[in-house]
Amino acid sequence: MRGGRKTAVGNVGRPPVSWALPGILFFAVFAIVPLAIAVYLSFCKWDGLNSPTSAGLDNWTRLFKDPEVRQAAWLSLLLTTISWAFQTPVALLLGVWAAGRQRSRAVLSAVFFVPLLLSTTAIAMLFHALLDPNFGVIKEIGPWFGIDPNVMGSSTGALLTVAFVGGWQFMPFHTLIYQGGTRQIPQVLYQAAEMDGAGMFRQFFHITLPQLRNTITTSSVLMIVGSLTYFDTVLIMTKGGPGTDTTVLPYLMYRTGFQTYDLGYAAAIATALVVVATALSLVLVRFSGFGNMRSTREGM
Amino acid sequence: MSVDTRHTAPTVSPAFRTRLATARRRKRWGNPLAGLGSLVWLVLVVVPLYTLISSSLMHQDEALNGDPLAFPTNPTLDNYKTVLDSGFSTMLGNTVIVAASTVAIVLVLAVPVAYVAVRTRSRLSSLAFRTFLLGVAIPAQAVIVPLYLLIGKMGLYDSLPAIILPTAAFAMPVAVLILSGTMRDVSEEMYEAMALDGATPLRMLWQLAVPMSKGGISTVAIYTALQAWNGFLFPLILTQSEENRVLTLGLFNFQTQFGVNIPAVLAAIVLSVVPIFAVYLVARKALINGLMGVGGK
Repeated sequence: MRGGRKTAVGNVGRPPVSWALPGILFFAVFAIVPLAIAVYLSFCKWDGLNSPTSAGLDNWTRLFKDPEVRQAAWLSLLLTTISWAFQTPVALLLGVWAAGRQRSRAVLSAVFFVPLLLSTTAIAMLFHALLDPNFGVIKEIGPWFGIDPNVMGSSTGALLTVAFVGGWQFMPFHTLIYQGGTRQIPQVLYQAAEMDGAGMFRQFFHITLPQLRNTITTSSVLMIVGSLTYFDTVLIMTKGGPGTDTTVLPYLMYRTGFQTYDLGYAAAIATALVVVATALSLVLVRFSGFGNMRSTREGM
Repeated sequence: MSVDTRHTAPTVSPAFRTRLATARRRKRWGNPLAGLGSLVWLVLVVVPLYTLISSSLMHQDEALNGDPLAFPTNPTLDNYKTVLDSGFSTMLGNTVIVAASTVAIVLVLAVPVAYVAVRTRSRLSSLAFRTFLLGVAIPAQAVIVPLYLLIGKMGLYDSLPAIILPTAAFAMPVAVLILSGTMRDVSEEMYEAMALDGATPLRMLWQLAVPMSKGGISTVAIYTALQAWNGFLFPLILTQSEENRVLTLGLFNFQTQFGVNIPAVLAAIVLSVVPIFAVYLVARKALINGLMGVGGK
C-alpha cells in the first residue's frame, strides 16, 4: 500500500516528516540516550555520588569471570525457558478454547481476566502471603499435592514458584492475545476442513496452529523479554534467595547498582542483558518473518 | 479492520449437511482437553483470589492460627481502616496522576509518529519506525542506571515527572506499532478523496486517520495506563519521599511495615485493585478488546 502508487494526488496531502520529531526526540532522550550512557558507564567506575571515572575494560573482564554473573545468567535463561514452556501451551489452548462464542466461555474468560487487574507488586505480595510456610494457605493445601509448605525455602521450589507466579499473572494476557488471533482466522477454512472430514485435532494442527504463527511470535517475544527482565516478583518474593539461588540478572543488577552502589558494573550487567534480550527477539522476529509488519489488508 | 467471515458459509450440498451438524455439535463443547485445562486454571485463579478477600476480613490471630481456607468467623473491616490510615489516598492520587499523564503524553506523541510512518515514504520515517520496532526489546532495567543519573541532572529526582517521563517513553514503541498497524488499514482511496477536496494533512489526520483508528487508540490508552499503574522499577529507583509514593511502591512498603499482620497486607492489596476493578466493571469490553489488540492481527 505504501509502494509507488502513482496517481495525480499521490504526493498531495502527505504530512511533513517533522511531525514525528517530538515523539522521536522524546523516545531518544529517555530510552536511546540512556542506553548509550549505559554502554558508556559500563566502561566507568561510579559510586553514584562522585563523577564517573574511566575504568577501561575492567567491568567487562570482571563480568566474564564473575561466578555470580554466570549463575544469574543461567538462572535468567532457566526462568525464561520454564516460563515460556509453561505459558505458551496453556495460553494457546485456553485462548483457542475461549475464542468460541458460547456464554459459559465468556463467563469463564471474565474470571480468567481478573489477575490482569492486579499489579505485579500486588500479585507477588499475595503469593508471598499465601506461601508463608507458617501462616499461608500452602500449609493446608500443599500436603494434598505433596508440596512441602516451605517451598520458598528450597532453591528449585523458589525458582519454580517465581515462574508460576509470573504465569499466573501473564497467562490471561497471552490467552487474550491467542483468543484475538484465533478469532481472526477465516471461518471458511474450518468449514472447508469439516467438509473434508478433518477432525478437531487435525483442524487444530493444520489450520489453527499455522494461522496463529504471527500471534505465537508476538506472544513469545513479549514472554521472553518479559521473563528476562523479571525483577519485581523476585525482589518481593525471594530477594534473590534462598542464598543467591533466584538471583536473576536484573536482580543482580539492582543489587550491584542500588545496594552496593557499584553503578559502573551494574551498567555492564544491564548492557549485557539488553544485548541478550535484543538478540533473542531479533532471532525470533527474523525466524518468523514477523518484522514485515504486514497489514491484513495488504494485497486486497 | 477485520472482515467478519463467519456468515459467509458456502452453499453446501445436502449430503454434507449431516456431517456438518455432527461437527457443530462437537464444537459446542469444544476441545475437551482445553475445557478441562481451563477448569484447572479456573481453580488456580479462584483459590488465591478467594483467600485474598476472605483473609483480608479476618482478625489477625484468626488469619495466623486458623484455617486460611475457612470463611472468616467474625468478619472485620479493621484491616481496611489500618491501610486507609496509612496514607493510602495520597498513593492512589499519585498513581492516578501518573497513569493519566503517561497516557496523555503517549497519545499526543505517538499518534503523529505512526501517522508519518504510514503516510510518508522518506527514508527518515522508515528509520524512525525501525528504531521504535527495536525499542520494543529495550528493557527498563537496561537504562535504569543512566536514568537515575539523567533524572538527577534534570532536577527531577523524587518527583512524579521522574516516574511519568520514562514510563511514557517506554510505552512509545508498542504504541507506535499498534497505531501504525491500525492506521495502515485506512485505505489510500479515502486519503485521495480528501486530498481532492483540498484537505490539509492535519485535517486528514484529525478527520480520517484518528477516527478510523479508534480501536488502536483505545488499545494504546489501556495498555499504557496499565503499564503506568503497575510500574515498580521507576518509582523504586527514581522517587523516595512519602508524598511522591505511588501505589505499587506503597504496597511494597506495607509488606515491611505491617510485618506479620498478613490481613492488613492483604487488605492493602484488595484496596489497590478496587479502582481498576471499577474501571473493569464499567468498561470490560473496551479493556479486553484493547488488550487483545496488543497482539496485533
